[in-house]
Amino acid sequence: MNIIDALIQGILLGGQYALFAAGLSLMFGVMRLVNLAHGDFAVLSAYGAVIIVNAFVISPLIAVLIVTPIVAALGYVLQRFLLQRTLEASPLPSILVTFGLSIIIQNVLLLTMSADQRRLTLGPFDTASIGAGGLHVGLFPLSVFLLAVILLLAVWWFIQRTPYGRLIRAVSDDPATVQLSGVNPLRVYGVAAAIAFGLVAVAGIASGVQTSFNPTAGSSLLLFAFEAVIIGGLGNLWGTLLGAVILAVAQTVGGVFFPAQQILIGHLVFLVFLAVRPQGLLKGSVTA
Amino acid sequence: MPESPLLEVEELHAAYGQLPALHGISLSLAESETLAVIGANGAGKSTLLKAIAGQMQPTRGTIRFRGRDITRLPAWQRAREGIVMVPEGRRLFPSMSVEENLLVSRATKRPGPWTLESVYELMPLVAQRRERRARDLSGGEQQATAIARALMANPDVLLLDEVSLGLAPAIIVQLYQSLPAIQAQGTAVLVVEQDVRQALSVSDQVHCLLQGRTSLAGSGFDMDEISRAYFGT
Repeated sequence: MNIIDALIQGILLGGQYALFAAGLSLMFGVMRLVNLAHGDFAVLSAYGAVIIVNAFVISPLIAVLIVTPIVAALGYVLQRFLLQRTLEASPLPSILVTFGLSIIIQNVLLLTMSADQRRLTLGPFDTASIGAGGLHVGLFPLSVFLLAVILLLAVWWFIQRTPYGRLIRAVSDDPATVQLSGVNPLRVYGVAAAIAFGLVAVAGIASGVQTSFNPTAGSSLLLFAFEAVIIGGLGNLWGTLLGAVILAVAQTVGGVFFPAQQILIGHLVFLVFLAVRPQGLLKGSVTA
Repeated sequence: MPESPLLEVEELHAAYGQLPALHGISLSLAESETLAVIGANGAGKSTLLKAIAGQMQPTRGTIRFRGRDITRLPAWQRAREGIVMVPEGRRLFPSMSVEENLLVSRATKRPGPWTLESVYELMPLVAQRRERRARDLSGGEQQATAIARALMANPDVLLLDEVSLGLAPAIIVQLYQSLPAIQAQGTAVLVVEQDVRQALSVSDQVHCLLQGRTSLAGSGFDMDEISRAYFGT
């Protein structure tokens, strides 16, 4: 029973990891950009929600609706005016610049928000659960999982089925040639970044309800996101969901046997995947 | 007042790093006119076309379109103005279907005669493969799709780069058969070809390049004059 319980917890937690990892996966898939500040933007969004919740005495549910568009717009601007300049044949400039961004965000948060642990709360909903036959499922993790699946479906639908999504796929295939059809790839990159940042804002706030956070929490979030993306296959959204669930299940089920080593077991499972199937479970492309 | 040509290239110089590729090329293209740019391998034909399409920044010289200087305009804006290139090597979007490849060109937002229906009617080969992924097409089908994609942008000037490269003669003939219908819409065409006879058969004017310089330009030359200009003998 314990293992089934852990399995369910793991799958639900996987939804949250997937939400984190989806933005990372999308940006890599479309513009081959690895954003090392990805986790820090999640934490930044959670702090943004804290500020709004405290200032207006409203629920984090409403704060999400305010913070997400702001962070998405920030993503667009950052891509157009900073990250775009780092995109070249070598991945090094973008890695160095986003690493620098990560350090800047962490230290600005330390200065302005202090190093205290923070948490967002939805009141009794935080710990509410439904259960049957000795199995209990937290309502909040279940909601986050469903939200993750819905958002991934929405992004997938947007990229696969809409005219603008078609341009995103075309730019991902060949950014030079797409210009011959009158498409400005820089603007498409900006929109892809906005979607990725919007996703990370939702993920950051959801995780801020689930667990407490501090200014440096972004690094471990980034690590989980990376592992999920690599297990699933770089750039493939459904692979990312699969990878996130595998990673989270490894952590929770591993925790049943070695309660103190949850995270380590997650890393070990990741390393096994890296050794056995380095190309990822699903084929890597935003078109999946 | 004489009417200014649709497209005007003046004293264009271009280089790949330290390696010069074009030394002061000038040409002009009138509305509905077809110009063949011929020359041996490495003569600078593709470079010239890339500079006109905006895929390569010239080191010196001016490109004017409808009298306006577009030398510094990015490629995507030139496409929206009506200068559309079929690139060397087709360059389709491999992960997308043929139809999706064509639809990308709607981004130019240019109204005109070419729609999915009219392009499919002109090129039945493309219509048959509309659901196929671009990466699964044969070379000839890819080239036809690349031309169809450019048409979907409703160009005023169509730049064709080495359409015949690596294709079977029967397919080349088929591709060139669609050209008169395109010209009939008033589209000016700039054809770059290694196959001189093919290029001459569809064009009013010829412009021969030799090592980045113009060796012959105009119309009504016989084959001897052209081959001297082509080989520089």
